Amino acid sequence: MPGMTDPERVVEMEGITKQFPGVLANDHVDFAAFRGRVHALVGENGAGKTTLMSILYGLTRPDEGTIRVRGRAVSFSSARDAIACGIGMVHQHFMLVPSYTVAENIILGQEPTRRRLFLDMQTARERVRELSDRYGLAVDPDARIRDLSVGTRQRVEILKLLYRGLDILILDEPTAVLTPQETQGLFTTVRALAEDGRTIIFITHKLPEVLAVSDQVTVLRRGRVVGNVRTTDVTMKDLATMMVGREISLTVDRTPAAPRGEVLALRGVTAIDNRGVSALKGVTLEVRAGEIVTIAGVEGNGQTELAEVIAGLRPLASGQILIDGHDASRLPPRKRRELGLGFIPEDRMKTGLALEASVEENFIIGRHHSEPFSRRGRLNFRRIREHALELIRDYDVRTPGAQVPAKTLSGGNLQKAVVAREFSRGAKLYVVAQPTRGVDIGSLEFIHRRIVEMRERGAGILLISTDLDEVFSLSDRILVMYGGEITGEFRPDATSREEIGLYMTGTKRMNMRRSTTGVA
Amino acid sequence: MLGNFLSLALVRASIRMATPLTLAALGGTVTMQAGILNIALEGMMLAAAFFAVAASHFFANAWLGLLAGVVAATLIGLLYAFFVVDLKGDTFVIGIALNIFAAGGTVYLLRSMFGVKGAFVSDRIRTLPDISIGLANVSGPIAEVLDGYSILTYVSWALVLAFSILFYRTAFGLRLRAAGEHPVALETVGVSTRRMRYLAYLGSGILCGLGGAHLSLGYLNQFAENMVAGRGFIALAATIFGQGRPLPVFLACVLFGAADSVAIRFQSLGIPPQFALMTPYVVTTLALWLVSRPRAPRVKEATAHMSTKEADAA
Repeated sequence: MPGMTDPERVVEMEGITKQFPGVLANDHVDFAAFRGRVHALVGENGAGKTTLMSILYGLTRPDEGTIRVRGRAVSFSSARDAIACGIGMVHQHFMLVPSYTVAENIILGQEPTRRRLFLDMQTARERVRELSDRYGLAVDPDARIRDLSVGTRQRVEILKLLYRGLDILILDEPTAVLTPQETQGLFTTVRALAEDGRTIIFITHKLPEVLAVSDQVTVLRRGRVVGNVRTTDVTMKDLATMMVGREISLTVDRTPAAPRGEVLALRGVTAIDNRGVSALKGVTLEVRAGEIVTIAGVEGNGQTELAEVIAGLRPLASGQILIDGHDASRLPPRKRRELGLGFIPEDRMKTGLALEASVEENFIIGRHHSEPFSRRGRLNFRRIREHALELIRDYDVRTPGAQVPAKTLSGGNLQKAVVAREFSRGAKLYVVAQPTRGVDIGSLEFIHRRIVEMRERGAGILLISTDLDEVFSLSDRILVMYGGEITGEFRPDATSREEIGLYMTGTKRMNMRRSTTGVA
Repeated sequence: MLGNFLSLALVRASIRMATPLTLAALGGTVTMQAGILNIALEGMMLAAAFFAVAASHFFANAWLGLLAGVVAATLIGLLYAFFVVDLKGDTFVIGIALNIFAAGGTVYLLRSMFGVKGAFVSDRIRTLPDISIGLANVSGPIAEVLDGYSILTYVSWALVLAFSILFYRTAFGLRLRAAGEHPVALETVGVSTRRMRYLAYLGSGILCGLGGAHLSLGYLNQFAENMVAGRGFIALAATIFGQGRPLPVFLACVLFGAADSVAIRFQSLGIPPQFALMTPYVVTTLALWLVSRPRAPRVKEATAHMSTKEADAA
């Protein structure tokens, strides 16, 4: 209906339908976004949010439906077309060249030049400073991307779009990788950009964020729009119900812990990271059976290395690790698993699963060599299949079958597959790293329930999380890690997020027990 | 004895030997910057050497010979690009196939066009001129070392400088290196990675063409079967050794060129030729071993880095 368009309506998508093999990703979806507003697009993983935005950004072509940008019908065949219409996207995986400086990344593709050939880095730096001052996005134009924190990289991504003069900004799950402080900073930026007349489309599945930052919410479920409301008119509970299609509990019901014997002990553990820099500086901690101990902290403070040394994926420089009372300091991963260790690594794509292998094969990794899955070196396919179907059912792993490659599963389902494999082993000790990062709310609820259930069954759990919601809803004890050390220990009912935040950023620290090998 | 060994002639021979290596290695450098390991430097040089001689013979003109060589190598480069960039073929498999194709094809053409086996010599072949860069009037060691080489030697020096500027000081270079390090990032800012890679193959073809033509018209003045004799691979080694940066790549070529000329000198010192002729390959192997120990070549490092970053972001 040309001519009847509301002038404020910058993006209009009508009747968008996209069929992928086996999945109707978008089913007649209508979506509109307005100038100067923040529009949240929410839904579980696989609900069609990303498909819808890929269509708007020119990466995917719809089977049906029309798109209008500023009232003009458009048909994009590549991101270039979308960019030409003023649409930009901050991808979940940052699109930055690691060895380039901030300024080089920002100008890439639209470089200021002298004599149409030579890079004019002086102008580039000035433009970057100008934009970063104007929107409070602090960056050093000459810093190299590989040296920057995730939060800073995200600011660079946003500056990249602003440098290009884009005013319809799609942010794809922008807070998934941020600390609480960085998230607050992002919200401030997003609000400032909206005030400035830009249109922000904020893809997320974290409901508190929707309420904190958006003006309007569109909820997708299984490819369809199930709600389009003003943010002020809904509660978190309403949104969760819309998203999942049933009432879900946002808090985990649990009883107080009744810890028993020690299942994991670290004594003065030190280790170096991949660059050869000291990453763990004398970590001492215990986990007892029947309790959930959480390592909270800003990413990159040694948590990754901590999980790896316990799992046996990274050598100790010094110190000792006891699993269920046995010295495991020098044991290979398989022996540690035999002592009763279960491990859910933070990177499900690289460490947790073999993406090219089938779902059923992934389910027996680590047990493929033993009964009942193999006998005298021969695999028992019937038993493997039964086992897979059992786990798929019990852990609600949404997959077209047991034989499809794991890589065809969505993020939340990949994570449920790892959880299923490890929890079905019935280990005594679980190291669980970032179990719900990037997973949808339905899977999150499920995984949290399972973690508590494992504790009830008497397993000791060391949870590593950068998500404070998760830390507070699951922990029996909270240890804060900063700069490769444990700098504080708390009970969740006797502390606050703000308090934890001060320890996470290194502003405060307790006098912790030190081992003889630890750093003074 | 030592003075004799390190004579002026030896230095000049090293510089001369380094020229085709430098040109081809710059060709390898351009593709490496765009994220491609060009295995077909050898084949591109060989085709260029053949067509340079053939055209020089037919037209009795060295410049047309040079042009024909460049065109031949460029066509192979574009074929390589088509298979790798568009058809997503494996760079090693296609590269090896093209090397074999060039080796067999030139032998076939040698026989069918000129009816000879082994080598083709003709008094119609015109060679590329040696030129003076005006240092002849300046006496002294500098002039003796630097003056009077084939024109392509000076071109290769100029190109080392030109490519250093192109890679690190121009918008084109920024995009080219981005195509190598993070192609998806380049795509998302609206620059076609495919186009950058095609241009890299094109540049690689031109440079290998110059290198190959230099072999056959710059100092040997003939075409012999398999006359490139592994120089394309030594150039590839220099590319990796220099991690795709023009100046270090050039220095590696001079080192390998020196090893080549030392090999000839060794023979005159009575060292059995079987051992003497190993020198350039031994030096190359040692150099590669040295450079690969502390860290992998640039391209690999970039990808490894990228994937950890992506993991961070995940």
